[in-house]
Amino acid sequence: MTAVATQGAEAVQLVGVTKVFGRGDQSVVALEQVSLTVAPGEFICLIGASGCGKSTLLNLVAGLEQPSTGTVSVAASQVAMMFQEPALFPWLTAAGNVELALRARKVPKAERRQRVVELLDLVRLAGFGDRRPHELSGGMRQRVALARALAQDADVLLMDEPFGALDAITRDTLHDELDRIREGRPFTTLFVTHNVREAVRLGDRVVLLSSHPGRVAGEFEVPISHPRRIDSTSVAELAATITDKLKEAMAGS
Amino acid sequence: MIEVIDQLDQVAAGGPRAGRARRIWASTWPKLLAIAIVLVIWQIIHLTGWKKFVFAGPGATLSDLFDQAKTGLFWHAIRTTVQRAVLGFALAVLIGSVIGALVSRIKPLRAAIGSLVTSLQTMPSIVWFPFAIILFGISNSAIMFVIVMGTAPSVANGLIAGVDYTPPLLLRAGKMMGLRRWSLWRRLILPASLPAFVAGLRQGWAFSWRSLMAGELLVIIANQPSLGVLLSSDQDQADAPGIMSIMIVILILGIIVHTLFGLADRSIRRRWGLDTTI
Repeated sequence: MTAVATQGAEAVQLVGVTKVFGRGDQSVVALEQVSLTVAPGEFICLIGASGCGKSTLLNLVAGLEQPSTGTVSVAASQVAMMFQEPALFPWLTAAGNVELALRARKVPKAERRQRVVELLDLVRLAGFGDRRPHELSGGMRQRVALARALAQDADVLLMDEPFGALDAITRDTLHDELDRIREGRPFTTLFVTHNVREAVRLGDRVVLLSSHPGRVAGEFEVPISHPRRIDSTSVAELAATITDKLKEAMAGS
Repeated sequence: MIEVIDQLDQVAAGGPRAGRARRIWASTWPKLLAIAIVLVIWQIIHLTGWKKFVFAGPGATLSDLFDQAKTGLFWHAIRTTVQRAVLGFALAVLIGSVIGALVSRIKPLRAAIGSLVTSLQTMPSIVWFPFAIILFGISNSAIMFVIVMGTAPSVANGLIAGVDYTPPLLLRAGKMMGLRRWSLWRRLILPASLPAFVAGLRQGWAFSWRSLMAGELLVIIANQPSLGVLLSSDQDQADAPGIMSIMIVILILGIIVHTLFGLADRSIRRRWGLDTTI
């Protein structure tokens, strides 16, 4: 019933997970019998219409919520999460936000300063450490949020539509950044999105969820080699196939 | 690309720094004009001869103020009043913060004391004086007691409101980072409630100042000159210029503290990016 850390070959495993909110007549089934296995270092994109329980699934993996039935196991000590909003703390500078994540992990002070510089450098924000969140553009704020998530040194990164509020060009740049960063450190990623092309652009595997209740309606391997472009033909073709499936799943619900 | 965005941001923020002198002047002239308007109206009323024997004009009042400013008594009185204000307010902030922190952290206390705190706020602080005088006699303690009763609820409420309105998204982000209990409180909830806390302090100060003035008029302690004592002895002597000059002093002290709170509030809003007037 609870999230247990296991030493198995899977980074994340959900077995027969059902999540019901509320009780009796008022209850809503957010997820029904969802099973999903994610290998270490794999990039999974979860896609589906609103109300398919994507965010609930991430919350279960994060341990913020408990499944009603079924098991969620995460073979990682640390799970980090990024949201659609950057969720930066406005009273701290960009560097301060990143440093707080290090502090929460009890990284010694002397080491923290060095790590903050490295992390901001990694997301290409060197020299912006002393800016406050409101002094940064939307894309830059998400970069800080990414640096903060990376600071947790997590093996699993959960991303809940992190680029959903950004313009297309900024989003495209951040896709490239994410690929580059994962080359150096291939953490397991669960990425929720509405955007089928984005899912195909980024994921090793795309998992389609149907709505009301959320069920796994299909899985697609993405056999396209990196580096990928969101506007390439191969990405567009697979995205079209998945979109058709998605429409079927939505019509069926 | 980032550099370009950065430059654009700077342009949006108002380009090169606007002249500091001009900004100060822009915020000063309305105040100077207000003072001028008050002086003119005051002088006109004086010239009409309304209540000629008890109503002092600005000339007589201001020269009385300058005369008083040369006496040790005047400064002694200001010192006493300011000391009481600072001490009483500090005590109230301490007590209010502790109550606010406990009430916001502990759920059962929340239900029991939360509404009590709010209802205490509706009590006019002057009502506490008879009770305070019975408890503490004619003493500083009576005045401090009333200041605390008037001020602490506002301070506690400010903190409770701040804790309540900590954005849930930030709480989720903090929990995902591994902040728990004390560290979550210290690193996230407390700083997130700062603006509401400062608003509570500001309101609390207004109550403090009113309670203190009421107290100094009601609780007159021998050999301890204060602004309230000066005011009531001027009343006994029907000294209109004296009364009015002490009132001006009280007004100025109030404005100074109000301005300080305004500056603190503005600086927080600017740092957090809440200031929409830029």
